[in-house]
Amino acid sequence: MPSATTALDRALANEQEVLAEWAQLQLASTTLRTDLMKDSELREQSREFIGLFRAALGTGTPFSMSSSDWSGVRDFLAGVSRSRALQGFSPSETATFVLSLKQPVFVRLRKLLENSTSELADALWAATTILDKLALFTTEVFQKSREEVINRQQQELLELSTPVVELWNGILALPLIGTLDSARTQVVMESLLQAIVRTGAAIAIIDITGVPTVDTLVAQHLLKTVAAARLMGADCIISGIRPQIAQTIVHLGVDLSAVSTKATLADAFIQALRKTGSSLAQGVKPASAAHA
Amino acid sequence: MEKIPILRMGRFLLVTIQIDMHDRLALQLQDDLTDRIVKDRAHGVLIDISSLEVVDSFIGRMISNIAAMASVLDARTVVVGMQPAVAITLVELGLSLDGVRTALNVDKGMALLREEVEAAGRV
Repeated sequence: MPSATTALDRALANEQEVLAEWAQLQLASTTLRTDLMKDSELREQSREFIGLFRAALGTGTPFSMSSSDWSGVRDFLAGVSRSRALQGFSPSETATFVLSLKQPVFVRLRKLLENSTSELADALWAATTILDKLALFTTEVFQKSREEVINRQQQELLELSTPVVELWNGILALPLIGTLDSARTQVVMESLLQAIVRTGAAIAIIDITGVPTVDTLVAQHLLKTVAAARLMGADCIISGIRPQIAQTIVHLGVDLSAVSTKATLADAFIQALRKTGSSLAQGVKPASAAHA
Repeated sequence: MEKIPILRMGRFLLVTIQIDMHDRLALQLQDDLTDRIVKDRAHGVLIDISSLEVVDSFIGRMISNIAAMASVLDARTVVVGMQPAVAITLVELGLSLDGVRTALNVDKGMALLREEVEAAGRV
């Protein structure tokens, strides 16, 4: 074991005392979030960390993030960062958990190695390197957990924004809200085709009332969706084309002549009914019901 | 050698592709099918590809070629049961099979085929 690490281990020898001081520091720190975490929980985490940290130091393996002797510390910190990321801590608040250990450690190292400046410098350097790396690691895990959350939300948003509604026996409606990009087109296409298989629908109405702008790319994506639905044996009607969008489509030279288009969902629905051979009649209220 | 069976149902020919298509098999099918259309004087061809899970541009073109050839021989072609993933792949490949009629399942395909043949006055 290199002497610097030995010194570090010795500095932590009085675990209870270090723990008390460290916990005190953390509780006094401005980055403490009493609203998100209880004192007892913080103490418990600190205690567990020092235990694992000393165990790893005791194995004598030089510090390395990938070594199996340090996996206990690594996994524990990963768990702490992940839970703090979800609780709403900031990255610096999370990193402070490890970094705040420096002060008690340095104070002890100084007391231990009072007589040899060079040894003290070595030990301080070793301690700083290890704790910094661990702190960086917590930040990294923190970031990753946040990214996971963002990805999951993105996925949910995608799914939420592409509902396929069964309007009538054999008629589906697909109200699109928001801009169509390639990723969304893929999801829209998949959910539409799956709905066609599930319901056996012969006609799908794609309503683009909620699509803010239609450029050539969006039009191309729409046509792709229509072509895919046609390959499955379903006809598509595009509805909800606002006047502004009709103008843009013509100005851009997008050819929508292969698809039947309607101004409103109601018109599209009537056409779909006609195609499937169904019809709706305006109901007349029975006279008795009106009096009752 | 494996072969895709072609069944006769009255005036129609029924082709069910149950195995993964490879290029030679597709060419073989093209030969067999044109032969049978002529021999059986078929009015329509129904190709069921519901078990087909993988397509490439060659198979995609093969399907539209078969439809075009059948149409030259005065038989209507309907492709039925395409899987969503296959449809998406074909569209992404830029093959929208414009000359081919499609239907969701064999039942609807048959109805469409009858309609088409009647409309063409070949009852």
